[in-house]
Amino acid sequence: MKKTGSQILLECLLREGVDTVFGYPGGTVINIYHDLADYPIRHILTRHEQAAVHAADGYARTTGRVGVAIATSGPGATNTVTGIATAYMDSIPLVVITGQVPTPLIGNDAFQEVDIVGITRSITKHNYLVQDIKDLARIIKQAFYIARTGRPGPVLIDFPKDIQIQSTWFEYPDKVEMRGYKPTYSGNLRQVEKAANLIMAARKPVIYVGGGASGADASEELLAFAEMTRIPVTTTLLGMAVFPQRHTQSLGMLGMHGTYYANMAVTHSDLLIAVGARFDDRVTGKIASFAPHAKIIHIDIDPTSIKKNVRVDLPIVGDLKDVLKKLADALDRRSDELPALIHAMGPWREEIAAWKRGYPMVYQSSDSVIKPQYVIEQLSELCSEDAIITTEVGQHQMWTAQFFAFSRPRTFLTSGGLGTMGYGLPAALGAQVAFPERQVIDISGDGSFQMNSQELATLVQYGLPVKIVILNNQYLGMVRQWQELFFDRRYSQTPLELPIDFVKLAEAYGATGFSVSRPDQVREVICKAFETPGPVIMEFKVDREENVMPMVPAGAAINEMVLAS
Amino acid sequence: MKHTISVLVENEFGVLTRVAGLFSGRGFNIESLSVAPTLDPSVSRMTIVTCGDDGILEQITKQLNKLIDTIKVTDFTGQDYVEREMALVKVTAEEDTRAEVLRIVDIFRAKVVDVTPRSYTLEITGAPTKLNAVIDLLRPMGIKELVRSGPVVMGRGL
Ligand SMILES: Cc1ncc(C[n+]2csc(CCOP(=O)(O)OP(=O)(O)O)c2C)c(N)n1
Ligand SMILES: [Mg+2]
Repeated sequence: MKKTGSQILLECLLREGVDTVFGYPGGTVINIYHDLADYPIRHILTRHEQAAVHAADGYARTTGRVGVAIATSGPGATNTVTGIATAYMDSIPLVVITGQVPTPLIGNDAFQEVDIVGITRSITKHNYLVQDIKDLARIIKQAFYIARTGRPGPVLIDFPKDIQIQSTWFEYPDKVEMRGYKPTYSGNLRQVEKAANLIMAARKPVIYVGGGASGADASEELLAFAEMTRIPVTTTLLGMAVFPQRHTQSLGMLGMHGTYYANMAVTHSDLLIAVGARFDDRVTGKIASFAPHAKIIHIDIDPTSIKKNVRVDLPIVGDLKDVLKKLADALDRRSDELPALIHAMGPWREEIAAWKRGYPMVYQSSDSVIKPQYVIEQLSELCSEDAIITTEVGQHQMWTAQFFAFSRPRTFLTSGGLGTMGYGLPAALGAQVAFPERQVIDISGDGSFQMNSQELATLVQYGLPVKIVILNNQYLGMVRQWQELFFDRRYSQTPLELPIDFVKLAEAYGATGFSVSRPDQVREVICKAFETPGPVIMEFKVDREENVMPMVPAGAAINEMVLAS
Repeated sequence: MKHTISVLVENEFGVLTRVAGLFSGRGFNIESLSVAPTLDPSVSRMTIVTCGDDGILEQITKQLNKLIDTIKVTDFTGQDYVEREMALVKVTAEEDTRAEVLRIVDIFRAKVVDVTPRSYTLEITGAPTKLNAVIDLLRPMGIKELVRSGPVVMGRGL
């Protein structure tokens, strides 16, 4: 049957299994919005296009499916940029559809025209400008395929208004054929054998897990591999929920605000097995001193991640599930030697245990003022096992990483690569849309919360019971911490002293707000908030100048940690 | 070290910008770049001359391969290949130098493609080193304008 461009788009979304999209209407997508009502696709109207993209991102991170966002041309399109870049840096599969001015006007500086394909070229995995309605179905098919396969990432489709109105025969291609795009899934067996041999020869190995393991849903394979060898596991910020943080082999997070014992273990290791991690500078500190004695095995789906920042002794390109499974099989074939290996690693486990005992992750507790870390610990204790946690960016984000005991994959959503303040609330919104029955909690700072606080309206409108924790230190705390430590305590433009009444703000939107300032109220208010239906803000007025510790100063080696300020 | 890389790409709108953007965005250097369709009109070939150490070249090759529109990347360094570049040179040719210019044209098998009373325009083809040599010889006579195509390459043998 003949269909219009906008109908074809919606048909294609259905074929891709899309049941929910996040977006914001405008002139160049008005036809799509008009037709949307005829399709069984739920549309969530956010209050800002950036939030629509973050929400699609939150939806994608929790479900593993491709998140979809729609925005109009011009300002709608430019508003998506931060969301797209956030997803790109963390390898999150998205398809973002932007309206564009009619093709004859493109290039004429028409009303609400921007070259969004040009603008997003370096922050998308791929992007398209639809120039002919005959290409439309193929482009959409490819966009979804590219977004979710290989190393996932956002794909943008710029869709001119005149093509939305034209019509053609609709046929959805059942296969994707791209001669230039064929990700390697199957890990090379010879490389895997070599890795098994390196492991058998190691005495001080460490597994270093990144967000790739989350995207590949490889946590079971990871756990099996780690347990059969009893090798300790450290994770990046994005890898935290992939490996149960309470597991005896867990070292917690490594890097700038990682645990002392994770950083010491990596520095002293003789074999580092990187699994879906990319040796980001917040992880490695001074590169020259990173894992100086270790051979490095790097397993990743993206060949460009390998040897980008550090030397690698053994690269294995492939899907992590596949490679870890093969690695476990290879070790299984050496099962009679495994007990000897585990025995030989005894002193290493002892050394690590001593670091853990000597320098545990702690903070100075208080009876008079709320310590932000205490709030995180209580949340971790009181929330349900499958709760989904999002954060904004700043000190509260690092405290969440340090003190929340993540135990299930796809339950921790945070902007790691880009560090986007304002990510957490819309991401929580998207997660709650995906899982209406689960607890979804945005852990926020007073600064970040105000970057997308308008989404309270969306939460209330759709009855999304996201619980928002604001650790209010009345500062852009993380920046203040740097000013305290490295800039002579000159708190330039970091105090946020205007006292905002977050309770009233919640109420203005029709949500519920609580605010507390005494430590003995913390548990009580968390429980009360969890019992309250609908979205709730919990404001905790916390110790204002608490610092995130330990800390590796920028440019220092990761074993040169400052333990307390 | 200098490398000549040949990249087969989809002959589609925006591909050149993707490749150029990759080089500029990641701080890789492009010394020259030439693009034209191949025998198969849906495919274009880019020939890129770049430089960098082994690590950088490995990243360049991997990053090029990562582009969705890239079909094949070949680094010709260390391989047996034919390399050709063309230059158009407008050189001053007055009474006293006309003969000398023509001698150089003859020696290097260049061609005179345009003549005015005061200048010759020459077409020179060859390996970039040969072009450099001719240009050096012509320079004292006064080069008014120089256009180089950047090299194109082809592997030797089958
Ligand atoms: C969009 C954006 N702008 C600026 C920054 C720089 N930045 C990083 S952390 C931070 C302070 C965040 O303050 P708040 O949300 O109150 O969190 P806190 O550190 O106080 O816990 C800033 C400004 C950023 N990461 N993102
Ligand atoms: Mg703050």
